[in-house]
Parts: sequence; C-alpha cells; structure tokens
Amino acid sequence: MSNLKNLTGPLSANNPVIVQILGICSALAVTVKMEPAFVMGLSVMVVTAFANLVMSLLRNGIPSRIRIIVQLVVIAALVIIVDQVLKAFVYDVSKQLSVYVGLIITNCIIMGRVEAYALGNKPWDSFLDGIGNGLGYAAILLIVAFFRELFGSGTLFNIRIIPESWYITNGGFYSNVGIMLFPPMALIIVGVIIWVHRSFNKELQEK
Amino acid sequence: MGLRKLVDNIKPTFMEGGKLSFLASTFDAFETFLFVPNITTKKGAHIRDCNDIKRTMTMVILALIPAFLFGCFNTGLQVGLEGFNAFVYGLVRVLPMVAVSYIVGLGIEVTYAQIRKEEVAEGYLVTGLLIPMIMPVSTPLWMVALGVAFSVIFAKEVFGGTGMNIFNPALVARAFVFFAFTPQMSGEKVWFSDWKFMGATDATTGATALEQLATTGNMQWSVMDAFLGFIPGSFGETSTLCILLGGLFLLLTGVASWRTMLSVFVGGLAVGYLFQALGVTEYPAYYHLVVGGFAFGAVFMATDPVTSAQTNAGKYIVGFLTGALAVMVRVVNPAYPEGMMLAILFMNALAPTVDYFVVEANINRRKSRIKTVK
Repeated sequence: MSNLKNLTGPLSANNPVIVQILGICSALAVTVKMEPAFVMGLSVMVVTAFANLVMSLLRNGIPSRIRIIVQLVVIAALVIIVDQVLKAFVYDVSKQLSVYVGLIITNCIIMGRVEAYALGNKPWDSFLDGIGNGLGYAAILLIVAFFRELFGSGTLFNIRIIPESWYITNGGFYSNVGIMLFPPMALIIVGVIIWVHRSFNKELQEK
Repeated sequence: MGLRKLVDNIKPTFMEGGKLSFLASTFDAFETFLFVPNITTKKGAHIRDCNDIKRTMTMVILALIPAFLFGCFNTGLQVGLEGFNAFVYGLVRVLPMVAVSYIVGLGIEVTYAQIRKEEVAEGYLVTGLLIPMIMPVSTPLWMVALGVAFSVIFAKEVFGGTGMNIFNPALVARAFVFFAFTPQMSGEKVWFSDWKFMGATDATTGATALEQLATTGNMQWSVMDAFLGFIPGSFGETSTLCILLGGLFLLLTGVASWRTMLSVFVGGLAVGYLFQALGVTEYPAYYHLVVGGFAFGAVFMATDPVTSAQTNAGKYIVGFLTGALAVMVRVVNPAYPEGMMLAILFMNALAPTVDYFVVEANINRRKSRIKTVK
C-alpha cells in the first residue's frame, strides 16, 4: 500500500508544482498549447522515473561527495535520449518545445526527487515516486494549458472548440483573450490553481 | 425620517440570529450608503473628523463629473452630432458600460465581503466610474465585465480589499483588457461609437492624436482643441480642461496630493523637452500634457492615496518618474502610443521601495545629528 502512496501523493497533497512550487519555469513556458504541454509532461515523467530508478540502484555505490555529478550524468543522458526520441517521432512538437526539452536537465523536480527520495529508498519505490511526481507535474501543466489554449486560441489539442463564426472578425461577438498567450497569465493561472487547491486542503494552509 | 425608521425596523432580520443574517454585509453596505454610521472607533489613536472613506470617494466622484459630462458630449461629437443631441447620444452610449462596471464590480465585492463576513468597503465607487472613463467607447460590454472582474479579484481582493491593493484597480482593468483584446483596444476604429441612432454617421475612423504624434510627428488638431477635448480618445480622458477642473476640486478639498499631481506634469514636461532637445521628437513637449490620458492619469490615477507613495519626498519622486516614464514609453516604444497606464502601474510597484529609502534617509539624517551633538 505504501507503493500506491508514492504514486498518488504527488498528484494532490504533495504536488511538486502547486505545493512544493518546483518546476514553475517550464510550466509557464510550454503551456501555451495542450500538445506541447502533454509531451513535456510525459518527457519529464519518463526522465524522473528512470533517473529515480537508476540512482536508487546506484545509491549504495556512490560516495556522497560526488553524488551530484553522478546524478547530472544520469539525468543528462536520459534527457538526451528523450530529446532524440521526440525528434524522431514527433518532430513538430519537438520544434515547439525547442530548448525546454534540453532544459529538463535543470528541472528542479527531477533533481529534488533524486536527492530527497531515490538516494534513500528502494528502486521500485523510487520508480513509482518518479512516475507519481511526473504525473503531478503533467497534470498541472495540462490544466494550465487547457485554459490558456481554450481562451487564448479557441482550440484544444489544435482542434477548434470555439466556432470561427463567433469571432468579431467574422461578424460575431467573441475575441480570443490574447493575454492568455503571455507567460504572466500562466503564472496567474498557477496561482489560482494553488488557491483553489488549498481552499480544499485545509492542512496545507499556512497560519 | 421614514427611511431611517424602515431601516431600523428591518435591521433585526439581518443581525445575528435573524432570518437573513447571512446577508449582514450587504445590509450594512446599504445602511452606511444611506446614512452616516453612528459607530465610532473604540480604542487606539484616532482623529476626530467627519471625513471617512465614503466622503473621500464622494469627492472624487464629484471631481470626475466635469470630465464625464464632457466625455458624453464628445462621444456624440465624434460621430457627427452637435449640441444637446451629441450629449444625449454619448450619455446613452456610455451608461451601459458604467452599469456593467458597477454591477460586476460591486457584485464581486459584495460576494467577497459576504464570504469573509466583513463590511463592504466603498472603494469600488470610484473605480467603477474610472473604468468606463478610460476605455474606448466602442469596447464590447463583456470585455469591460471581464476586465472589471479580473481587476477586482486579482488586483484588489486577493491583496485584502480596499486600501490593501498594490496596483490601481482601474488601471489593472484597463491593462488587462488592453493586453487581452489588443485589436479591440487600439487602432483607428475603436475610438468612435459604433451605435447608429439619432443620426450618428457610421463607420467613422481615425487615429487619435497620440497615434498621429507617434507616426507622423504632428496632429491634425490644434493644441487648444486637444486642451478643450474635441479629439477622439478614451471616453473620459480627452478634455484636459475638465480634468483640471476636477483636479482643482480635489486639491481644494484636500483629497488628492498636489505634490504628486505637480511632479507628474513636471516629469512629463522635463522628459518631453529632453526628447525635443535631442531631436527625437519634433512637436513641442507640452503636446504630451494635453493629448491621450496624461492629464487624466496625473489627476485621478497617480494621486490614488493607496497605491501612490506615502511620504512627501516619495510623492515628488514617484510623481516625477511617472510623468517621465509615460512620455518615454510614448516616444521610444512604437508599440504603445500611450504610456501613462504602464508608467503609473510600474510606479505603483516601485512606490513602497521609494518610501522605504525616504524613511531610511530620514533615519540616517537624524542619526548623524545625534552624533554631532555628542
């Protein structure tokens, strides 16, 4: 049962983005549309899970003085693999994500989980912990991207939701909320998610 | 005093234990709106004065009336009407926007006060009138509503309500609508009313004085026309004369700070002349003061007692920088012909820092005085 907790904890009560406030940078950068947000979430999940797994397997063999450099090598190698896979199979999305795939290396969530969890726990637990944190990250990314794409572009996963005929340019009344495409609005949406989340989880509220 | 009796009669229903006690804040808001409350502060230092937030806000509303009435007239004028017809047309055109602003804004405020079991603060009375006055007349109502909702929630209530906000709520609403719906908030068409009745000419277009200055370096109106306000622009901002009348009233009643107001104009002029001397702009620097929202911002926005600097020296500094930045954005950044909104919001963010350094400087000065005495 404790395994299950590794998986579900980071989804809500211990969410890396909205509770630990980690990985905000990429959450603002890649959430203009659902598609890149989804791919980014998936990539981070894969990297976190396998980085946790590898580091957990190696944890008893690494002198603690050089653990950071070993972690970086492992994470960097995983990110390069993910980057190559994206380039091979979903080239368009890879183009949109541009540097942010490479910057997964610096994502605080991955380093944080490896340091805080994988170095002190068994491989299978660590792997699940990585999957859980990746899911928690991806969930927030998708929620933010949902609002930004729906109101900023009128589409979801590039499928038109708000009909063209509603737009002012076509004689209607509606207009895209252009500010949704700017990163500051993503920060405000993340803030609102935190607000709503905390009002439902009383134990998270600071006194 | 029939009304007083009626209020007293229904009061117990809304008090604790009454049937409608969950609406206590709403009732309280209406009661204090109708009558001066008879409760006084019980402890702590306080000044015996008949001045309260409600009175201050009423003064600002009164000061806004000249600009508002002229805005109505000018709205009709810009679509080819004349005299009283122009005024009636403008009034009918603008009232829905004012109504939407007040209904949405007060609705959110009252809901918040109700949830938090607080009194409804009077702060929104002014903001609710300011917002339609700084929007182009043809802004769709749902955009106004969205801007108002955003500003009341994110610029005011999350900070703790009236008196706690960092940014001027009216300008946040304007900024949100500007960045969210840029095509509907700038360009050639939006400054003219699109309603066709009473014989308004249709499809009027034209650049504002600001846009003309930014693109061609001159404007088609005389400085006098711009000063009196016969130019296209946001609804309430065109007539510098009416705004100054309101400003004078605010200064006489002591509601607004003359330090801020004066230094905004001085800052704008200084940078205007600087650009003129450097040859960046060809038109005289005082053009900046009469076109666009400069005067409106200087008189009604920069002087906001909540978001402006609190110390006297800070007021000079913040005011000067506001005016200077506004002109700088106008001249240097071609993407934003109007810089007043951005300048005031930016200085709102900086005002506490300026205050901090003013206070620190004062402390240091007095410290060194102690040393010399020793």
